[in-house]
Amino acid sequence: MLEINNLHCKIEGRSILKGINLKINKGEIHAIMGPNGSGKSTLANVISGHEDYEITKGNIFFKGQEINEFSPEERAHEGVFMSFQYPVEIPGVTVTNFIKTAINESRKSKGLDEMPSSEMLKKIREKAALLQIDSNFLSRSLNDGFSGGEKKRNEIFQMAMMEPELAVLDETDSGLDIDALKIVANGVIKCSNENNSVLVITHYQRLLDYIVPDFVHVVMDGKVVKSGDKDLAKKIEEIGYDWLKNEKS
Amino acid sequence: MRSHNMNFQEKLLDSFIAFEQDIDLLNPIHKYRKDALKRFEDLGFPSKKDESWKYTSLKPLVQKDYNLYPKSNIHIELKDVKKYFLNDIDSFKIVFIDGVYSPFLSKTTHDGVDICVLSAALSKDKYKKRIKKYFNKVVPSSESLASLNTSYTKEGAYVYIPESISPEDPVQIMHFSTGNQNSIWLQPRNLIIADKGSKVEIIERHQSLKDHSVVTNSLTEIYAEKNAFIDYYKIQNDLNTSCLIDNTFISQERDSNVSVHTFSFGGKLTRNNLNFYHKGENINSTLKGITILEENQHVDHNTLVYHAQPNCESHQDYKGIFSDRSVGVFNGKIIVDKIAQKTNAFQQNNNILIDNKSKVNTKPQLEIFADDVKCSHGCTVGQLNKEALFYLKTRGIPEKEAKALLTYAFANNVLESVKIPNLKKRINSLIAKKLGVNLGFDL
Repeated sequence: MLEINNLHCKIEGRSILKGINLKINKGEIHAIMGPNGSGKSTLANVISGHEDYEITKGNIFFKGQEINEFSPEERAHEGVFMSFQYPVEIPGVTVTNFIKTAINESRKSKGLDEMPSSEMLKKIREKAALLQIDSNFLSRSLNDGFSGGEKKRNEIFQMAMMEPELAVLDETDSGLDIDALKIVANGVIKCSNENNSVLVITHYQRLLDYIVPDFVHVVMDGKVVKSGDKDLAKKIEEIGYDWLKNEKS
Repeated sequence: MRSHNMNFQEKLLDSFIAFEQDIDLLNPIHKYRKDALKRFEDLGFPSKKDESWKYTSLKPLVQKDYNLYPKSNIHIELKDVKKYFLNDIDSFKIVFIDGVYSPFLSKTTHDGVDICVLSAALSKDKYKKRIKKYFNKVVPSSESLASLNTSYTKEGAYVYIPESISPEDPVQIMHFSTGNQNSIWLQPRNLIIADKGSKVEIIERHQSLKDHSVVTNSLTEIYAEKNAFIDYYKIQNDLNTSCLIDNTFISQERDSNVSVHTFSFGGKLTRNNLNFYHKGENINSTLKGITILEENQHVDHNTLVYHAQPNCESHQDYKGIFSDRSVGVFNGKIIVDKIAQKTNAFQQNNNILIDNKSKVNTKPQLEIFADDVKCSHGCTVGQLNKEALFYLKTRGIPEKEAKALLTYAFANNVLESVKIPNLKKRINSLIAKKLGVNLGFDL
């Protein structure tokens, strides 16, 4: 599904990623952990195609195709989705209209007609129920005045609507209380299957209690310094990152 | 040495004698015309030296020559102009073709309300008292273009809504310019009166039917009597060869509520002089605008709200989106008189520059002489939020559509106060068209 080889990248002349290697197969859930400033969110942004990040070396392959030069929208059309750590507020566009536009633009890119309204409405209702979102919420302006929990639920709602093949969840657990965390995690689990993959980027282990990863990777100073299974996450939770400082991947 | 500029100004002055052949010189309003002509002679066209004309030059316009007397009896078929009307609702229509009233395209009435033409109101005895009471009463003598319009007063829309009457249907005032004559200077004069406790909705549009040089120096007087409600919508989406100088003067009595929405999406040069004068307490005035320009277009919003009485409110919200060497100007003046305590005056002007070739000049002017007032103003000039754009693109929305969606969202809250649903829809689709995309949803 996703293969990243020796990825180096810069932002404003500063090197952030210094040779990331990562391989995610269909149906797998991977987690990336790491201390602040290690390059976790940068990785999410680079996978999504943020134009401020310059790839100086290495490649990103998605479904066998190199996507280094793909625009964010092209990546989305291919099936990449990112749940933002800080979703952007857009007053003046409702959640419903936004998701309709997103879905229909993706369909257009595949040469499909717009989704019929009744089908769209049914899908919106179904996915909103999954995230325990009420209809009131859907007619509010996108993220405008949303609480932290509402924003994150809305991100996963969008994910559920768009049905991506690869979902990158950037710090989806930050700012969530335990109830909201459960709802969000449950939404992710319900959407994941043997045909798609999830990359969870997180600071803490607690989200991984609910979205149990097949693989855990620790990123420090722009490199994957250790990979393992879910027990690695538990170990980090207990003793922190210091012991990994001298590890080589 | 004499410039062409002088020539057209002189032509306007000299042509007055010919104009007088065609009108009733005994009508009491004729003295307004003559006085106004004299003032125009003294003042001349405004120049960039005038503070309020600093960013908009009329010089290239008035250096040319224009035909002042349009050929009348030009017939146009409804099917050729239907698209410019709001069609899917019933409405009254007052339609002019090259400045001449078109009974064929109009739907006027004298049934309970008067929705007709000014020439009729000026000529008939039964309107005499009302004309005497209102005509030219809110127009300041210091305005040269208003004076020019007054001097050539002949035709325009006349709307009188009697006490406590609220016609269900809006009034559409439409000024077409056919281009049958290449260069034309039009000066429509509209008079709108809403008597005590009445209510009316008006849509005004100036539209050229083909590319040609046309300048319209329009003047609209609006009177809202005690507790009257007026919603006025100006649709400015003309061809790139047309210029409009829109002079609107509004007089509000106590407890009245007047809103003016100006949608500026087209035209080569548009100047909106929008002036509100408060004559009583507890008045509400709303001024809103969406301006979306491209291709060297120029729109100048020059607003004045004169808070002369206590306990009144005014709300101004102008949004501008500029690309491709277009220019926007916002000059918003609020005056709060010494006795106008407890005034609430808000003014907001936000602009987005799509590229670095376009320009905005924004200038709020507050002159506050009372001490117990709430006045706020803010203006911003910026670009589309890059992170928001990235967010939309990660959702599969291509750059062009993402920009359009953000731009649309930016302008959207101005549309919220549009009270005619079909008009709102129309403006929404005009915005989408202007931004070159299908947004994929309706309002």
